[in-house]
Amino acid sequence: MAKKARVIVTLKKGVLDPQGSAVNRALHAMGYGEVSDVRLGKLIEVTIDEKVPEAEERKRLEEMCKKLLANTVIEDYRIEL
Amino acid sequence: MHVGIVTFPGSNCDHDVYHVVKHVSGGDAKYVWHKDRLPAGLDAIVVPGGFSYGDYLRCGALARFSPVMDDVVAFAKAGGPVLGICNGFQILCEAGLLPGVLMRNASLKFICRDVTLKVEGAETPVTRGLAGRTLTMPIAHAEGNYFADGETLDRLEGEGSVAFRYLGGAPNGASRDIAGISGGPRRNVVGLMPHPERAAEALLGRDDGKRLFEALLAR
Repeated sequence: MAKKARVIVTLKKGVLDPQGSAVNRALHAMGYGEVSDVRLGKLIEVTIDEKVPEAEERKRLEEMCKKLLANTVIEDYRIEL
Repeated sequence: MHVGIVTFPGSNCDHDVYHVVKHVSGGDAKYVWHKDRLPAGLDAIVVPGGFSYGDYLRCGALARFSPVMDDVVAFAKAGGPVLGICNGFQILCEAGLLPGVLMRNASLKFICRDVTLKVEGAETPVTRGLAGRTLTMPIAHAEGNYFADGETLDRLEGEGSVAFRYLGGAPNGASRDIAGISGGPRRNVVGLMPHPERAAEALLGRDDGKRLFEALLAR
């Protein structure tokens, strides 16, 4: 039995997001003037074999995030298990 | 001087570095494949540019976990000279050998053109004798926007760890117009976004970049 953990990686507040700005401009050009800001993030789905108890697995996912999945200089992460 | 050139799947500037080290500057160059360990007897390491691991996840994020990087980190921590060029700079930052991160260019465009750099800060293995000089060499990158928090930037400036600065402003939005920095226990680790190996022969138009390799090989 496997389960999917979802890791959501987002830019830290205050970090410039030119991609987000470009998408914002595009939405305005399409007529969606009500949009005031867009920021892009990443959704990473990690499929895990359910062998490890949840608390331990969450700890391991934290390590995965800190070491690889997010660059903590400019990114925050959120784990959904 | 024996220079090891670390090559990852997707590195594409390794041959230019080899050519400049060996045929232009008279050093001894060796490719080191990322899955191998560093051979003994190396005097310096270059982590060249390119698109290691296709820039998957983030530039340099996967390369830093290649087997060879354990040895590169140990070599750097022991004070050995390590030069990271472009993707190499990104890898050194991801590996924690240099602070900060290289983000997407502020303009979102891949920029491929000559830049003028000022050599600044305290002396490094590639800037010996070049203090205050102005060098012209090309950049070719989409993720060269150097970023670190204000405290780190102030510290880098204060310690003389900004090694290269874009004159006339950073084309990619880099904080404080930083093109390259130094670090490591003996200021032995240097990373820069521009490509000195592409500006090393007068015959090809520019040779300011050769100065960095001459400094590296003169130790």
